[in-house]
Parts: sequence; C-alpha cells; structure tokens
Amino acid sequence: MVAVRYQTAFRLYPYAKVPDQEATAPRRHPVVIVGGGPIGMGLALDLGKRGIACLVLDDHDGVGKGSRAICFAKRTLEICDRLGCADPMVEKGVVWNLGRVYRDEKEIYSFNLLPEEGHKRPAFINLQQPYFEQFIVEEIRRQQAAGAPIEIRGQNCVTAMVQMGDHVRLDVDTPDGPYQIEADYLVACDGANSPVRAMMGLDFEGRVFEDNFLIADIRMEADFPVERRFWFDPPFNRGETALLHKQPDDVWRLDFQLGWNIDRKAELDPDRIRGRVAAMIGADIPFELVWTSIYTFRCCTMKDYRHGRVFFAGDSAHQVSPFGARGANGGMQDIDNLGWKLAAVITGQAPDALLDTYHAERKHGAMENIKNSSRSADFLTPRNPAHALFRDAVLDLVEHFPFARPMVNSGRLSVPCTYDAGPLNGPDALPEGPARSRPGSPCSDAPCGDSFLLDHLRGDFTVLTINTGCPAALTIAGKEIPVIAVSTEDDPSGPLAARYLGTCPAAVYLIRPDQHVVARWDRLDLAEIESALHRALGKA
Amino acid sequence: MADLILAPNLENTDDFYAELLAAHEGLSEAAMHALNARLVLILANHIGDQGVLRQALEAARAAAR
Ligand SMILES: Cc1cc2nc3c(=O)[nH]c(=O)nc-3n(C[C@H](O)[C@H](O)[C@H](O)COP(=O)(O)OP(=O)(O)OC[C@H]3O[C@@H](n4cnc5c(N)ncnc54)[C@H](O)[C@@H]3O)c2cc1C
Repeated sequence: MVAVRYQTAFRLYPYAKVPDQEATAPRRHPVVIVGGGPIGMGLALDLGKRGIACLVLDDHDGVGKGSRAICFAKRTLEICDRLGCADPMVEKGVVWNLGRVYRDEKEIYSFNLLPEEGHKRPAFINLQQPYFEQFIVEEIRRQQAAGAPIEIRGQNCVTAMVQMGDHVRLDVDTPDGPYQIEADYLVACDGANSPVRAMMGLDFEGRVFEDNFLIADIRMEADFPVERRFWFDPPFNRGETALLHKQPDDVWRLDFQLGWNIDRKAELDPDRIRGRVAAMIGADIPFELVWTSIYTFRCCTMKDYRHGRVFFAGDSAHQVSPFGARGANGGMQDIDNLGWKLAAVITGQAPDALLDTYHAERKHGAMENIKNSSRSADFLTPRNPAHALFRDAVLDLVEHFPFARPMVNSGRLSVPCTYDAGPLNGPDALPEGPARSRPGSPCSDAPCGDSFLLDHLRGDFTVLTINTGCPAALTIAGKEIPVIAVSTEDDPSGPLAARYLGTCPAAVYLIRPDQHVVARWDRLDLAEIESALHRALGKA
Repeated sequence: MADLILAPNLENTDDFYAELLAAHEGLSEAAMHALNARLVLILANHIGDQGVLRQALEAARAAAR
C-alpha cells in the first residue's frame, strides 16, 4: 500500500507494474532518484540527455497541488534552457521586474530587478510550481521518445534502504506490494522531510523561525500592475507584513505574516481568510480562493550532501525560508552541479573524487542561501527589541534618504553562487578581467550574433575564445572539446565585451558543463587548458 | 585598513555634546532610542568602511559596564 499524502494537480506518471517487481533477484540500476519533485525530475532530465540511465521513484503519481514556489530566477531558466524546457515556462510565466515596498499606506521605495540589458531570460518569472514540474516532465517524455534512458515509476514509495559497499539496496512499496531494486548511485530528492535522510539517521540542523505566514492564492480579474508589492505594517495587517504577487491564469499570491501565537484552525477558516483578502484588495473586487495554507519556516542543512553512494539534493539537503525564492532555485543549481559529475564518473571519464566536489560546492551555495534568507527573516520578523529598533530606523530613513534603500530587506532574491576557491577552479590568468567572470562564477549571458552566449554552452566542457583565432574543436587529452570563437563584433551593443573582456583585448575561457568558469587566460595555450581540464575533472 | 580614531577628534567637544542633547529634547524614551538608531545608521553610511565600523562596534561593546 502506498499512502496518499497530498492531492495532485496533474497526474503525470500513473502507476504501472514493471518486470522488476517480478524479478527473482533485485535488478540493478545505474542511478536511482528518490522523489519526483522539481529537483528529482530536473536531475533525471539532465542525466537522461547525457545518456545515463536513471530511474525516478515517486510515491505519488503526479505533481502536488497547492501553493509552493512561484518565483523562478534567471539562473533556473538558463539551466532549464540547457535542459530544453525553459520556453514553455517563460511563455506561461508572468515576467516581472518592478518591486514596490510600502510602509503603512505609503510607498517608501521601488526597485527594478534587472536594469542590465543583454540577457536572453528575464530576472524572474512567476509560475505555479505544478506547471514548472509539468514542463520538466513533458520534456522528459519527449526525450524518452527520442531514446533517452529515463524511467519514472509513480506510486513507488521507498520504505527502506541500505548501503552495500558497491551499491545501494532499496525496498519499494507499490499498489501491487513491495519489491527490491539496487542502485549504483542513489540521489535523494525526497523533500524537506526526506525519508531517505531519516532511514540513514542523518542530521538536519538549523534555525526555526517563530512566525506563521498565511498564503492565499486567489483568482481575480483585477488590473493591478504586474509588480511585486510588499507592505510593512499595512492597515489591513497591522504590525505584520504582507505580499501581493501575480501568477499566470489570473491567480494572485497573497501572503500575510501572522505572528507566532495564532489559532491555526481559526486562521484557516475560509470566511476569515476572505475577510483578510477583501481588506487587502478592496471590498468591491470579486475573487475566488484557489488554495490556502499556513506555513512556518526554518533554515536547515545537512552536514554532508554525500554519503558514499548516496547524494542529497534540493530540500532534502537544505531548506531555506521562502524569502528570496531560494528553495527550488537553489535546488536546481544542485542538480546542475551533480548531473555532469555523475555522468563523468559513470562513464569513466573522471575519478570518484569528482563526486566529493558536489558536496563542497553545493554546501557553499546552500550556506550562502541560508545566510541570505536568515537575514531577510531577521528583518521581517524582528526577534528582539534591537532587531525591531533598527528595522524601524531603516524604514524611517528610507523615506528621506536613498542610502537606506539597500538596508531594506524584504527578501534578497536568488542569484547563483560563485564557487570562489572551489576545488575544481583553475588559474585566473586574465589580468584585469571582469570580476563577474572569474573562475568559479556562473557564466553571464550576453548577446552573441543573432542568439545568446549561453545558447552555445550545451552541457559539455567548452572553450570560449574572444578576439583570438581558434579551430572549431580542440582535441585535448584525446577528447574533443567544442570551441565557441566569438569576437566583440558579435555583440556591437557591448555586454559580451564588458562581461568577458573588460579592458583586455582578447580572452580564452574554459567553461564547465554547468556553465561555470573553470579558468581563463589572455591567450590560447593548449597545455594550460589541458591541465585546467584535468583539475576540473577531479584528477588533480 | 583604516584605524578607528579613539583619541579626541572633535573641534569643539562641548558644542557637539550640547547639540546631541538638544536633539533629544522633548522626546519620549522610545523616541530617543529611535533617534539614536537612525543616527547610528546615518553615521555608519557616512563612514562607509566596514573595518572601521567593526572596530567601533567592538569599542562600544567593550566600554559597557
Ligand atoms: C510557501 C512556499 C513558497 C515557496 N516559494 C518558492 C519560490 O518562490 N521559489 C523557489 O525557488 N522555491 C520556493 N519554495 C521552495 C520550493 O517549493 C522547494 O524548494 C521545492 O519544492 C523543493 O523541491 P524538491 O524536489 O527538493 O522537493 P519536493 O518538491 O518536496 O519533492 C519531493 C518529492 O519526493 C517524493 N517523496 C517523498 N518521500 C518519498 C518516498 N519515500 N518515496 C518516493 N518518493 C518520495 C514526494 O512525493 C515529492 O514528490 C517555496 C516553498 C514554500 C513552502
């Protein structure tokens, strides 16, 4: 029996019996992914496109209903572009750039997320998480049709696991009863309450924030502007905060801070929620409640994201407050990092040590996300009189003086992390090169001919040359490395040069499969590239 | 790194001190705290050097009785 823990919005992978369930001995799979949320499905798509056979086990048969992530960041869209599923997301999603912050009834300042030109994707889109997951699964279906070795098994609940040295053995429950399988590698993408983590008796430590937030997703046809609006101490929610944000399908996300000591049941009463909503949007605007829930949050992380042949990615490894939209966005960077490494080790191109760097790099990313989202929470939820004193001082000052604007923290929205001093980084031999493209950084997009630079970074190690002659491909240590040779003329508008050259006349970059910079030089030197590649594969 | 100045540095200390007190005139205790918090933020932004600010925070904490 498999318990139903939540309602599904879309049934995408109904249960079907498979031969593994009848096998006399457990069948072995190269990679088993536990959990088919956005992170597990994203990893499956990445691995499948690389030709690595993977099996996703999810205890439901589709995407969970209800309000979770709505803000997806540019970096996530760039990752999804590489995976082939960003177009429908951006088509369906609501693009927004402008955020307004109010105190009481007065606007105290506004911000524009991406004043910078020359990116294919917007800074953020708003899209209900079920759609995000659906579009990934639809791309998986297309890739499967084209032969990608991905399998999804719905209503397959992992109930026990044990590490056996050179593999992991899993007990899986289904509507037809239990069976066992084996995995060379197991990736736990089973969410914040990760059963795999619990089965292994592993820690998940951090801070619980003493606050409750009420989410009301409502449908209304209002011509409110497509902006993120955030209130401190509004008349309709005195002493607390509130947020209003647009989603597709005429759905709006309303978020009310409630404080710590609340009567949960009373707060969830639909009539009471309707009253709150009307007070916020105006009594004359008709609306319908689509989904409501109350959430509390914590900022937690596991100590290690790798345990032998078991890896943790997404919420199972780390959980952050929703302020800043760093949950799913951070998780997508996990799988961006893990996918190519697993593929390189499984195909024998890299040693096992490469997999240790998944933990090193992504723990660094998660700690950055936790730091930022904890700071936002401290601002929004002052925990002692000093927090409140300075928060109010900032809000007093911001109405008068621009210097206080950056101090207002209503969520520092997700940006990808740079793996500074990362174990795979090579030399920075481009004196005066732009800091944003230093080794370890995610490549910034830029216009490039009639497309964009990131469109050319398709998931392999790639050499990017700017203003220097180069053959179309390089053979390095017996392996063919694609080359993208561009010049400043490919982008007369300037961002390409500004982001990759600075004041340098020419540059050569070695870029990882996840579009992070390995190393850079002022000229092409094959021996240098070979040694950086060697290091980036975990061989140094 | 710049050092925090801890030797006398004001041209006319008594004048400044009097103005500081005058700024608090007629305020409730809560309003005084709020004023001082705003003042700290304004001065911190003016100084703009995190190293100096850190030294100032340490000095202020160290001088507590
Ligand atoms: C109110 C709210 C707002 C948020 N807003 C944002 C936002 O704007 N932007 C953002 O980036 N993030 C946001 N997040 C966070 C985001 O929702 C999560 O980070 C994201 O869902 C994590 O994905 P995941 O795949 O790691 O885990 P999950 O989505 O939790 O998926 C885990 C999957 O594992 C399955 N599973 C569990 N146990 C088993 C088992 N034993 N066997 C088989 N399968 C199992 C589950 O059924 C589920 O399908 C928000 C979260 C909340 C609560």
